[in-house]
Amino acid sequence: MAEPLLQIRGLVIEATSYPPGEPPREVTLVHGVDLTLERGRVLGLIGESGAGKSTIGLSAMAYGRGGVRLTGGTIHLNGREIRLADARTLRALRGREVTYVSQSAAASFNPARQIMEQVIETCLNHGLCGKAEAEARAVGLFRKLGLPNPETIGLRYPHQVSGGQLQRCMTAMALCPKPDLVIFDEPTTALDVTTQIDVLAAIKEAIRDTGVAALYITHDLAVVAQVADEIMVLRHGRMVELGETGQIIHAPREDYTRALVSVRGLEHEEKPPAPPVLQVQNLTARYRGTNFDVLKNVSVELPAGQTLAVVGESGSGKSTLARAITGLLPPSQGRITFAGRQLSADLAGRTKDDLREIQMIYQMADTAMNPRQTVGTIIGRPLEFYFGLRGAERDRRVQELLDQIEMGKGFAQRYPAELSGGQKQRVCIARALAAKPRLIICDEVTSALDPLVADGILKLLLALQAEAGVAYLFITHDLATVKAISDKIAVMFKGAVVRYGQKSDVLTPPFDDYTDLLLSSVPEMEQGWLEQVIAHRKMESAGN
Amino acid sequence: MHPILKLVVQRIALGLLLLLAVSAVIFLGVEALPGDTAQAILGQSATPQALENLREKLGLNDPPLTRYFAWLGGVLTGDLGTSLTNGVDIAQAIGQRLGNTLFLAGCAAVIAVPLAILLGLIAARHAGRWPDKLISGITLTTISLPEFVAAYFVIFLFTQLIPIFQPVAMVFPGMSFWAKLHAVALPVIVLVLVVLAHMMRMTRAAILNVMQSAYIETAELKGLSPMTVIWRHAFPNAIAPVVSVVMLNLAYLVVGVVVVEVVFGYNALGQYLVDHVTKRDLPVVQAVGLIFAAVYIFLNMLADIIGILANPRLRHPK
Amino acid sequence: MRIPLSALIGLILTGTFLFVAIFAQWIAPYPISDSSGGQWEGMSARHWLGTDTIGRDILSRLIYGAQITIFVALASSLLAFSLGAFFGFLAAVKGGWIDQLLSRMVDLMMAIPSLIVALVMLSVLPLNLTVLILVIGVLDSTRVFRLSRAVAADIAVMDFVEAARLRGEKGGWVIFREILPNALSPLVAEFGLRFIFAVLFISTLSFLGLGIQPPLADWGGMVKENKDGLIYGKSAALLPAAAIAALAISVNLVADWILTRTSSLKGGRGG
Repeated sequence: MAEPLLQIRGLVIEATSYPPGEPPREVTLVHGVDLTLERGRVLGLIGESGAGKSTIGLSAMAYGRGGVRLTGGTIHLNGREIRLADARTLRALRGREVTYVSQSAAASFNPARQIMEQVIETCLNHGLCGKAEAEARAVGLFRKLGLPNPETIGLRYPHQVSGGQLQRCMTAMALCPKPDLVIFDEPTTALDVTTQIDVLAAIKEAIRDTGVAALYITHDLAVVAQVADEIMVLRHGRMVELGETGQIIHAPREDYTRALVSVRGLEHEEKPPAPPVLQVQNLTARYRGTNFDVLKNVSVELPAGQTLAVVGESGSGKSTLARAITGLLPPSQGRITFAGRQLSADLAGRTKDDLREIQMIYQMADTAMNPRQTVGTIIGRPLEFYFGLRGAERDRRVQELLDQIEMGKGFAQRYPAELSGGQKQRVCIARALAAKPRLIICDEVTSALDPLVADGILKLLLALQAEAGVAYLFITHDLATVKAISDKIAVMFKGAVVRYGQKSDVLTPPFDDYTDLLLSSVPEMEQGWLEQVIAHRKMESAGN
Repeated sequence: MHPILKLVVQRIALGLLLLLAVSAVIFLGVEALPGDTAQAILGQSATPQALENLREKLGLNDPPLTRYFAWLGGVLTGDLGTSLTNGVDIAQAIGQRLGNTLFLAGCAAVIAVPLAILLGLIAARHAGRWPDKLISGITLTTISLPEFVAAYFVIFLFTQLIPIFQPVAMVFPGMSFWAKLHAVALPVIVLVLVVLAHMMRMTRAAILNVMQSAYIETAELKGLSPMTVIWRHAFPNAIAPVVSVVMLNLAYLVVGVVVVEVVFGYNALGQYLVDHVTKRDLPVVQAVGLIFAAVYIFLNMLADIIGILANPRLRHPK
Repeated sequence: MRIPLSALIGLILTGTFLFVAIFAQWIAPYPISDSSGGQWEGMSARHWLGTDTIGRDILSRLIYGAQITIFVALASSLLAFSLGAFFGFLAAVKGGWIDQLLSRMVDLMMAIPSLIVALVMLSVLPLNLTVLILVIGVLDSTRVFRLSRAVAADIAVMDFVEAARLRGEKGGWVIFREILPNALSPLVAEFGLRFIFAVLFISTLSFLGLGIQPPLADWGGMVKENKDGLIYGKSAALLPAAAIAALAISVNLVADWILTRTSSLKGGRGG
C-alpha cells in the first residue's frame, strides 16, 4: 500500500496562556489526535470554538500560530517526519507541498501589492515555473473560480475587489503552485449566505478538477457535508468521531455528533394572527452626513407575544430598523406605534415607560455588559431604575431572574469575564426581562455563539415568551434560526422589505427572486445539495 | 484631480492655516496675558510719562489687531522688527544663528535616524528576548532624562573621565567643516541620546504592529525566507508608520536643540531665544518662537503627507 | 497579585522620594541657605555629599529641592489632569460642536512645542510658583485631554453604554458608572507620565533660569548653580541631575507596569 499523503499520530499541541493578573500557565490545546489523509481526498475537520480544529489544520504545515507549540507525536507528510524538521526544510515544503486558505482573505492579502504578484509569488519563489507560465496558471484559476475579468483582476489591489472575490483569489493563490494538500480554514464563514454558495461551489470544483487533497475546517456541518469525503468531529482538542460524510450526517455514533447534526432541527409552531403591539409604518431613514436611505419605506407589524423575524444579509438595513425603533436613529419619515401610542422619533422624547417596555439584546454579549460591574449590578440596575427596588428586595428579584435564565446561585457576585459565552448572553436576557418589557429587540443574539449554545439560547427565549408573553423583534441573517423562532417574517434587501407575512406564507412558493436566492442558498445537511442547487440555477438562467 | 492629490493639497492648506493660527496665538495670546512691555523694558521705577512715551513710540497704543496685521505683514516680507533691548534688526540676527541650529540638528538627525531604525528593527526582530529587553531598558532610562541632565553626564564623561572634547561648542563663520564637526560633537551626542529612545521605541512598535498582520503569516506559510518576508511584505507597509515616527521625532529634536545650545554655549537660535526671554524682549521671542513653530508644523505636515502617499488604499482608489 | 521586580523598585524609590519631600524640614541636616562650608568641598562627615558653589550643604539642598520640585510637579500635573480629563470626557460624551471646539483648541496648542509656548508666555508673565504651576498645568492638560477623550470615546460607543442610554440613564450615571470605571487604569498610568513630564519641564525651566527662583532650591536650579564646577572636575552638578533622573525613572517603572497590566486585560482571541 502506498504512503498516505499526511499521517498524524498522537499529536499534542500546547500553548502558554496569559490570564490577566495571574502568572502565565501552560495549556494543552490538542491531546493526542490521529489523522490520516490519502492523496486526492478531502477530510473535513469540524467542531465548536476551542475544539482545536485550526490548530490541527496548521500542524500539517508544522506551523504553530502565535506561540502555539507542537510538543508531541509525529506528523508525516509525503513520507517524512516534519514536526521536528528544521526551518529550511519547512520553508521548502510550505507553499510547495501544502498551502493555506484563511477565513479572512481581506487580512491575508498584503494591502501594498497587486493580487497577481501575491498569487504567483510561491511559484516564483520555489522556482516551480517561470513568470509567464505562473501568470497563465493564475489566470486559468481565476477563470475556473468564476472571477470576473480573469485576465485583468490580478492587476488590482486587494482593497479593490469584494470579499467573496478576494476569498476566491486566495484559493487561486493556494492552488497556483499545484500543491499536494490545501488547508481551507473556514473559507466561507465570513461571507454572506448568497456569496458563500458561489465560493463554496468554486472551491469544490477546483478541488475536483485539480485532484488536490484538502483539509476543510469549519464549524458548519452542512457546509462541510458538501465538500468532504470524510469528516472528523473534534471537541476540546480530542477526536469525538471519524467517518464517511454520509455516515456522520445520517448515522452518527456519538451523542455529541448527534447533537451537532440535530441542532438545526428546532421547529416552532406559528401562532395565529393577532392584534399588533408594534406597528411600523412607512419608515425611511438615513445616517447623518450620508445621502442615501438605509431604510426605504418599511412597514411591518408585530403581534403581542409573538416573534417577527427580520432577515437579510449584511447591508440590508435590518439592524438599522432596530436602531430606528429604539429611537437611536430618528427616521426622516414614517411613524412607529407601540401599544397604541405613537412613539417619539427621538430617544430624548420618549417616556420612561416607553423605554422600559422596549428592551434590547445585542449580538456581542461581551461588549453589551460593563466589564466592571457584577452580574448582580447589571441585572439589578433596571429593577432599581424602573421600579425603585433596593437592598434585599432587589437581590431576591435578581436571583429570581437568574433562576429564570437557568443560572443558579452565586452568579450575582461574578463579573462578566468569569462567564462563558452562553452565560453572558443569558445575563443580557435577564437584564432585558428585569424591565418587564412588552417587546425585546434581539439583534443577531445567537450569531456569535456555537451552534449548541445558540440552540439553548433560542429554547430559553421561546420558553420565556410563553411564560411572560413578551414579543420579539428578531434580527438575524440565519434562516435556520428564523424557522426555529418566528411567527412572522420580513425579508429585507437593500433597505426595503421585499417579502413579509406569516412564516408559513413567506416560506411557501412562489417566491420573489431575492427570497428564492436567499432560501436556496442556505446549506442543507445533505450530500449533493450543492450540485443540485447549482445545476438548478444554471438551468433557470439558461431558460431565461 | 486624483483623490490623493486632493488630500495632499488639503493637508498643506491645513498646515498653512495652523501656522496662521499659531502666529495669532503667539502675538495676540501674549498680548492678552497680564504684563506690560513698556514696564518690562523700563523697569519698576519708570515714571508714568516715560512709560507713555515709550508706548507711543512702540505703537503699543494701537488696537492689538492692527498691530498683529502689521507684524504679520512684516513677517511675510522678511521684516521681523527690531530688538527692544539693543535695537538690532531681528531678521539679521537670526540668519546666521538659524544656520547654526540647523547644522546641529542636522548632524544629530543624520546619526540618530539610521541608528534608531536599526535598533528598532533589532528589538522588533527579537521582541520579548534579551536584545529587546536590553534596548528597552536603556531607552526607558534615557527617556527619563531631560536634555540638560543628559548633557552634563556626557560632559563629565568626555571632558573629565575621558578628556577628548571641549565642554563648550563654539562655531564661527570661516571655520572649516571638519573643525565645525569636532566642535559640535558633544551636543550632537546629547541630542542623539535624547531623541534616539523615542524614535527607537516608536519604530519598534510600528514594525511589530505590521509583523502581527495576517498577511505576514500568509507570507510565512508560502515558505518565504525571513528576509523575503520582511523585505517584500513587511517593509512596504512599515514605511509609512516609520517615516511618520522619524518626522515626529525630528520635530522633537528641534525643541531639544534649545536647551542643548544653552548648555554648550552654542551660538544659535535656541540660546538667542532663551537670552531674550530672560531680557523680556518680546519682539525677538515672538519672531524666534514663530520660526520654531513653523519648523515643527512643517515636519508634522511632512509626516502626514508621506503617510497619505504610502497608503495603497489612497494611491489606488476603487 | 505578583509585582515584578522593576515595578517594586520603582514603587519603593517613588515612596522614598515622597517621604523625603514631605518631611524635608526635619530630615535636612542644614538650613536651606546656610553657607558655612567652603566652595565645592568634597564628601565628608560634616557634609555627606559635599558643598556647592557658595559652600552650602548639597544634601540639605537636595532634600529641600525634592520638596519644591515634587510639589510644583504634583500641583501642575494635578491641574493638568483635572482640566484635561474633565474636558476630554465632556468632548467624548457630548460630541458635536463642544467636541469640535475643544479638539481644535487643543490641536492648536499642540501645534507648537510646549517648551516654546512656555518660553513665549514666560517672557511676559511674572516668575513665581503660581504662574509656573499654571503654565505647566495648562500646557500639559492638552495631552491628558487627547488621551481621556480617546479612551472615553472608545468606551462611549460600546454596547453597554448604548444599553444604559436606551434604559434612559442620565449623563451622570453614564459618565461615572459606565465610562469612568473602565477608563481608570489607562488614566492612572497617564498620571504617572504627566508627573514625569512636569518634573522634567520644571527642572528644564529652572535650569534655563526661568523656573523656580532663588532663594528656593530646586534640582534644575542646582544644576545651573553648580555647572561651572564640572570644568574643574567638581561633580556637584551631577548630584541634582542624578536625582531628577532617579525620580523620573522610578515613576516611569511604576507607570509602565500599570500600562502593561491594563493592556493585558483585553485578552486574546479564542480559536
